[in-house]
Amino acid sequence: MTAHPTTSRFKDNAHEALGDDQLQKAMLNVRAGFIDKRAAVAAKLPEFEALRDSARDIKNHTLAHLDLYLERYEQKVIEAGGHVHWARTAEEARQIIIDLCQKSDAKIVTKGKSMISEEIALNAALSKAGITPVETDLGEYIIQLRDEAPSHIIAPAVHLNASQVESDFRRVHTHLDADRDLQEPVQLLTEARQVLRDRFLSADIGITGANFLVAETGSSIIVTNEGNGDLTQTLPKTHIVIASIEKLVPTLEDVSQILRVLARSATGQEMSVYTTFSTGPRRATDVDGPENYHVVLLDNGRSSMLGTDFQDMLRCIRCGACMNHCPVYHAVGGHAYGWVYPGPMGAVLTPTLLGVDKAGHLPNASTFCGRCESVCPVRIPLPKMMRHWREAEFSRHLTPATQRFGLAFWAFFAKRPALYKNLTPWLMSLMHLLGRDKGYLRALPLASGWTDSRDFPTPQGGTFQSLYRKQKSNGRAA
Amino acid sequence: MTDQAASRRPIRVGLFVTCLVDLMRPSIGFAALKLLEQAGCSVEVPSQTCCGQPAYNSGDRANSRALAEQVIRAFSHCDYVVAPSGSCAGMIRKHYPELFADDPNLAPKARLLAGKTHELTSFLVDILGVRQVEAKYDGSVTYHDSCSGLRELKVKSQPRTLLASVQGLTLVEMNESEVCCGFGGTFAVKYGEISTAIVEKKTENIANAHTHTLLAGDLGCLMNMAGKLSREGKPIAVRHVAEVLAGMTDEPPIAAPASSTL
Repeated sequence: MTAHPTTSRFKDNAHEALGDDQLQKAMLNVRAGFIDKRAAVAAKLPEFEALRDSARDIKNHTLAHLDLYLERYEQKVIEAGGHVHWARTAEEARQIIIDLCQKSDAKIVTKGKSMISEEIALNAALSKAGITPVETDLGEYIIQLRDEAPSHIIAPAVHLNASQVESDFRRVHTHLDADRDLQEPVQLLTEARQVLRDRFLSADIGITGANFLVAETGSSIIVTNEGNGDLTQTLPKTHIVIASIEKLVPTLEDVSQILRVLARSATGQEMSVYTTFSTGPRRATDVDGPENYHVVLLDNGRSSMLGTDFQDMLRCIRCGACMNHCPVYHAVGGHAYGWVYPGPMGAVLTPTLLGVDKAGHLPNASTFCGRCESVCPVRIPLPKMMRHWREAEFSRHLTPATQRFGLAFWAFFAKRPALYKNLTPWLMSLMHLLGRDKGYLRALPLASGWTDSRDFPTPQGGTFQSLYRKQKSNGRAA
Repeated sequence: MTDQAASRRPIRVGLFVTCLVDLMRPSIGFAALKLLEQAGCSVEVPSQTCCGQPAYNSGDRANSRALAEQVIRAFSHCDYVVAPSGSCAGMIRKHYPELFADDPNLAPKARLLAGKTHELTSFLVDILGVRQVEAKYDGSVTYHDSCSGLRELKVKSQPRTLLASVQGLTLVEMNESEVCCGFGGTFAVKYGEISTAIVEKKTENIANAHTHTLLAGDLGCLMNMAGKLSREGKPIAVRHVAEVLAGMTDEPPIAAPASSTL
């Protein structure tokens, strides 16, 4: 499903997305929903901006001492009776999980929503090993039926409408009455719950992600709205947590700070409906819980971001606010980005995971409007990091030749003010003459990207500097 | 009032006109000049080309540093540097210090220049304390908040404060005035289709405000929006806010013919 990234075909993907009327309609919901809700809930909390600073500082501190906190976390998980598995790569993580499944002879695995699972393409690997993965988050369940990647990190099926979901359910849920009524979203929800209930009860293993891992207690925390994560992790005999190493935070106090900005930034809720803490397997006095508790800690390139220009990206708490506020994401949707992580956070993270040679379009396809950074709960300077990728591309000569040539041409004159001053008035007056009648040009060489859909305003003629000096020498008071 | 304003010597402002205004629409430069002089500044125009932002945002550090050094050399003697653009002022204010962070010679100079560089309307309102301009403009206008000015320099209320003093002018806010117009410098050409989709939403919001005129503080965004409005055949006059504030609206609006009746 996500094994073959199409990040290098971003432009083609975007072209298709722009022509997809249904998608365009669905994207209007993102534009309308998330933004207003976040703004309203942030405005209601006087200390919201201070909490963002605090969240940033907690994550920075953790990243500065990540080795220490990872070891402390591992120790605490073991003390609680759990197991920690270290995975350097996606391949290692998949193998660890498949081994755990095979050891307990698991046939059905229920899954809570996890972006790391998407990143390592876990479902495909499980299926190949003869294990049936069942996504239990409604959005993930829908896209699993469609064999699609999520188009948003917290709302995986945001690109779809209800009638598309209805036809998927009719296609897959063939054991149900063909004449049933599925017009209303609530009917779709009820049907998904019914189908999933059986799966929850028959699952051998439950796999969840983690929003946070707490070093102080060895706890993993999931933040959800549907309750599916709780059923995934408490009903089966074995609970496997798959999480990347930057999910660490030192203490429960730290988590409680960051939780206050997470849901507000993500969905505009003060808190999500469920915030569930798991610490080790079921204890003797617990009424429920798994018998076995495993954590798979994934690096997959993160440790190599430490100490580089991209370290700040490891603060990300996956709220999705950056894409919710991104004009490019609004225009093309998440699938155009071609892999697991879309929007501004994806534009920074994807090149680190896939290589900038494959994902170079992503950090370039930004207007640098800065709205992502202005809403990021942990204040990641996303435009700055996209610029770092552009610098990496430029120094490796990956920038397209036309752009390099255009820049070099412009810089040649801009670095020679005398030459610039002599040439530009003539050039601008010439352009002025070409478009004077209408006030604009309908086509410009090398700028069809602009003029295919927009007119290019005609210059007024001359340059400010030439006209200003002429005025001055004509006796304007100096 | 600042210390300098209180002293007898007039404030010496270097006008960084921006390459786009220099080449495409000199009238904005003259409007800025007039506004600054009306406010009592002594304005000079050092020889200049570009702030280096196109190179900077394309990942070309060498050329962006060369151009930034050129600006630092040309303007460091001024009390203030003022640009009729949030984008170029933001480049100098926010990004020059970063560009030279590891250069012990240029870092202090970059920081010094950054500290005294301002976008035009915020300079007038925040630094000089101007609240009123002497201008008249018959008609309704709507205002687009350009991204760099808004988010890097917090330019939001300043142009509105000044516009409120223009005789005959009514400001009607459009929906999503703080959302990007899709210009993004070279982005508009490199990703023309996406840029077009973004500006289409913007022109829809502009049209729904039902005003005679669209104003903004950055020529790049204005050319993008004017170019789209023109292609869509929407008869809305597009001007830089400085032109209206200076009462200099004799030149035809952006992308309008010389015979324009707008």
